[in-house]
Amino acid sequence: MSSTEPTELRHTALDALHRSLGATMTDFAGWDMPLRYGSERDEHLAVRTKAGLFDLSHMGEITVTGAQAAALLNFALVGNIASVGVGRARYTMICRADGGILDDLIVYRLAETEYMVVANASNAQVVLDALTERAAGFDAEVRDDRDAYALIAVQGPESPGILKSLTDADLDGLKYYAGLPGTVAGVPALIARTGYTGEDGFELFVKPEHAVELWQALTKAGEGAGLAPCGLSCRDTLRLEAGMPLYGHELSTALTPFDAGLGRVVKFEKEGDFVGREALTEAAAEAEQNPPRILVGLIAEGRRVPRAGYAVVAGGEVIGEVTSGAPSPTLGKPIAMAYVDAAHAAPGTEGVGVDIRGSHEPYEVVALPFYKRRK
Amino acid sequence: MNNPQQLRYSKEHEWLSAAENGVSTVGITEHAANALGDVVFVQLPEVGATVAAGETCGELESTKSVSDLYSPVSGEVTEVNEDVVDDPSLVNSAPFEGGWLFKVRVAEEPGDLLSAAEYTEFSGS
Repeated sequence: MSSTEPTELRHTALDALHRSLGATMTDFAGWDMPLRYGSERDEHLAVRTKAGLFDLSHMGEITVTGAQAAALLNFALVGNIASVGVGRARYTMICRADGGILDDLIVYRLAETEYMVVANASNAQVVLDALTERAAGFDAEVRDDRDAYALIAVQGPESPGILKSLTDADLDGLKYYAGLPGTVAGVPALIARTGYTGEDGFELFVKPEHAVELWQALTKAGEGAGLAPCGLSCRDTLRLEAGMPLYGHELSTALTPFDAGLGRVVKFEKEGDFVGREALTEAAAEAEQNPPRILVGLIAEGRRVPRAGYAVVAGGEVIGEVTSGAPSPTLGKPIAMAYVDAAHAAPGTEGVGVDIRGSHEPYEVVALPFYKRRK
Repeated sequence: MNNPQQLRYSKEHEWLSAAENGVSTVGITEHAANALGDVVFVQLPEVGATVAAGETCGELESTKSVSDLYSPVSGEVTEVNEDVVDDPSLVNSAPFEGGWLFKVRVAEEPGDLLSAAEYTEFSGS
């Protein structure tokens, strides 16, 4: 897709550490990232039952400041960003004028007039360019902070205990989708209670020069709790089980948030115009009256694994397409997310299968997510 | 990595044991298993099936991908490893032993199978 990908892979501040841990590395959006350290299944289960440690430094941080920072983000994004309280975060999207999704984002309000927008690595430049262009006429500054941060995530039920041993910050008072500045293991960090695994957990934004020190402190603090270093492979199966979309799979410029079943992120009631308002108003009506394909979960009855791009079939007809698929460590069966025609989208719909290299394998249609943690 | 001396290897990363009464055992190498990641499903040829050197005869599914299984030699399949069908993780934990895949009565073998030293150099591990 992208022609702007650098030919030379970028390396995070933790690169040498990953190699010393024996990680298998992979090219992810131009970054050389850990795919797995050992068994990705074990890493997945560590996050579900204990805790996992991730290097997510490839994510793209963009800082927006200024008296009209809130107004700019309300115009540039589909969410009501002005209503986000200081110290809180919001899942949102940035769309084109035609309603197509440019990226999904988490926006943290760090101060009254300061926000941090976190974009997917593959879209960071696109988001930066769009925000910069949309900032024209606003009293606000858009700053590329991709190199200003390393991002380390601690995810899983043991993560609060592990982090508590390294910080005086009030973690109990830190709600899901909140972030506060603090100190972790002597290192200044933005501590956010966010993640992409379906578990409780934290994301720690720190200066790159502090990343190794923080990673090592977390590793030591997590020794007794079963903390395992985790790669992007298990991050993908964790988010898939949790029914979370991944840009380039469930989300693309060809789809609006309504197509993706995420129309709730579009806040028409907010003040003023925003990019995509007109097209999204139509998309919302269309989704209600004549729904396009609907994003569903599929669970295999057999053991062959559906992959992105495989056709979903019923009665010999193609009725949809798999967007993500993997063997689910938690369910012990292959699972997939797929867009299917509305007529076949209801949970329990009979006769739905996936064309796995020419053979139609039976699949059960289920509502997302596949996995929900017990609170 | 430790590629056993007594085996021979294909460039598709299968290994082949020395024939006993004309029958050799086939599996995938540790290098291949590591590259795949956790194997979750194996589809093996059926007993009695004829396999041809360098042609696909099954598949291996891992978390991230599906890979074809190639036969390193031509011949008739005499046995498949049911243990590995039940527990595909054997491919990862013991690729040269309990994770073997099938046995074949060798009719013909290609001339380009590699020694352990040659395969180690070829695969870089």
